[in-house]
Amino acid sequence: MKETPLSNCERRFLLRAVQERKRLDGRQCYDYRNVRISFGADYGCCIVELGKTRVLGQVSCELVPPKPNRATEGILFFNLELSPMAAPAFEPGRQSELLVKLNRLIERCLRNSKCIDTESLCVVAGEKVWQIRVDLHLLNHDGNIIDAASIAGIVALCHFRRPDVSVQGEEVTVYTPEERDPVPLSIHHMPVCVSFAFFQQGTYLLVDPSEREERVMDGLLVIAMNKHREICTIQSSGGIMLLKDQVLRCSKITAVKVAEITELIQKALENDQKVRKEGGKFGFAESIPNQKITAFKMERAAVDTKDVEEQAEEIITKADPPSEVFTKPILHTRGTAQIGEGIENAWGDLEESEREEAAEEEGETDATAFECQKMEMEDTSIMNETEKDEPIVLSDSEEEEVVILEPQDTPKKTRTQTNLKQENTSKKTFNKKRKKKRATH
Amino acid sequence: MAARGVPAEACVGQVVLPGDVLLLPAHPDEDAERLRLGASAAPRGRLLCGPGLRRSGAGLLVTKCGLLRHRQAGGGAAAGGAFWVDSQQKRYVPVKGDHVIGIVTAKAGDVFKVDVGGSEQASLSYLAFEGATKRNRPNVQVGDLIYGQFLVANKDMEPEMVCIDSSGRASGMGVIGQDGFLFKVSLGLIRKLLAPKCEIIQELSQLYPFELVLGMNGRIWVKAKTVQQTLIIVNILEACEYMTAEQRKQALAKLSGN
Repeated sequence: MKETPLSNCERRFLLRAVQERKRLDGRQCYDYRNVRISFGADYGCCIVELGKTRVLGQVSCELVPPKPNRATEGILFFNLELSPMAAPAFEPGRQSELLVKLNRLIERCLRNSKCIDTESLCVVAGEKVWQIRVDLHLLNHDGNIIDAASIAGIVALCHFRRPDVSVQGEEVTVYTPEERDPVPLSIHHMPVCVSFAFFQQGTYLLVDPSEREERVMDGLLVIAMNKHREICTIQSSGGIMLLKDQVLRCSKITAVKVAEITELIQKALENDQKVRKEGGKFGFAESIPNQKITAFKMERAAVDTKDVEEQAEEIITKADPPSEVFTKPILHTRGTAQIGEGIENAWGDLEESEREEAAEEEGETDATAFECQKMEMEDTSIMNETEKDEPIVLSDSEEEEVVILEPQDTPKKTRTQTNLKQENTSKKTFNKKRKKKRATH
Repeated sequence: MAARGVPAEACVGQVVLPGDVLLLPAHPDEDAERLRLGASAAPRGRLLCGPGLRRSGAGLLVTKCGLLRHRQAGGGAAAGGAFWVDSQQKRYVPVKGDHVIGIVTAKAGDVFKVDVGGSEQASLSYLAFEGATKRNRPNVQVGDLIYGQFLVANKDMEPEMVCIDSSGRASGMGVIGQDGFLFKVSLGLIRKLLAPKCEIIQELSQLYPFELVLGMNGRIWVKAKTVQQTLIIVNILEACEYMTAEQRKQALAKLSGN
């Protein structure tokens, strides 16, 4: 869909407002919008809100052979996506000029600044290293994507825990979160981008431009800095000539903003850590407030509950008796389970030998589904520890056969962090694991 | 419940969901007959089936979620009353007769292309302005704001706008001035603001004088004396979406106190 055009009167008003040093949302020129950081139930998952701009960050890891010229270094991979969900003008799957520019800037900000110690990601030199993948999704666009994305990227990386590994001779063992606590990445510093919009050839300067301000600005300056006042990246676009002291002033403002944001990030991380340790509630369902629309407010209707029991009895007596309850699902393969004895389903058909192996895993459920959803259903926070060992119980199901499917893509990416555990064999050689992985896909 | 249907009157003011079936009031057979025969044969006028509802058999099928609304029988087209669903959405779909605010995006020969926020741009003839003739063209530039109404709005055709009423008068429509500010709110809020004796507008009008144009496509144009005053109105109207009446009154009291 085409972008909504900017009308002349909006343009004129915005420029006049800039001249009068007023902004649409009542901010001052150097004010940043409110930054909100909320974490998902999974490690390495966060949503960063910058005013109405929202970015979801998700980190995942995988064991891969290293690049031949850097045999002892792990691989960092960043991917920012602009979906039509954020703004109708964004087209899916198209590398627009803006997207390329933003991705490049994210890479320069987070990878080239060497904020992550890539050498610590090496498992076996020249053979196995961790590949850390950072996916950033823009959920809503209200200007200044780059700042929100850079914050989301670094927050997700700080929050992420990779599975612990040990090397004994030739054997590499990847431990599940139950066996050994996952380890955080080693992060040297936290670079954060701050954007400046320039109007009228640099006469006026605004920090953190909103979407409409971005549309009327003449030029943009992005400075990435860490709290030690080290500039990690600086980029000027829009083709305006900046004076030396303008750049210096911007870098001074950046230092102040970065210090504030870094403090906020650390506080948010600490809070999340504390809540997790205490076993309180965490995840998006807990931390993101819901906005209520009042335009159509409905009065709460009183429900007559006098004869509910009789009615329920009546319904139960009238209805057909429920079919037999199966409490033991048969797990054919990861993500495909069968309950009851209906027609055998063809999903994930395995060969005979592999089926035996799969049968061993019977009763084991998968926890790769997005954990937020679970949080909504179950309020217990100890779920995380216990749920993996619980079989799926569908006690009041009236269907004869329930097949539980899950998207096949997610486990692939997040395989290493939500490892399947073996109840009987606590340790498994690395090679065997690789083989199994291939078999399931 | 949905399969059997519930009487439409019982649901008025309640939340309905897509797929719900509503039964028409009183004498279903008679009503169905009347609907089929249309206005000419209708003894008591016909029932109007508004947005979010579709006829299915003898009843109505809900196609949008929202609150079911009903208007009692009156004169005119809806002599038998009207049902519709008040839904909360931001996406505008052109409807014939709606007054909207559009942005001129192109001049193509003797028509202007106008962005109204719908799936397609509307066309606006240069003759559809008050007093416009072949020689006397209206002064419209690309990027200007137009307040007009839809003459044609079908699902498979390009919508067409005009800035005159049936008697050739502008009656408030035309090009909107160069000052002021345009912003977007949800369609539900616009309908609420456009309701007669809307409290929000009445409360705002006691603050200070300002001009306001509301388009059914969710766009609002505001102009007050200063940039500051315009921004205040913009922020209040945007916040009305999430504020309850009491919160709004408090906020306005704070403003008028200053």
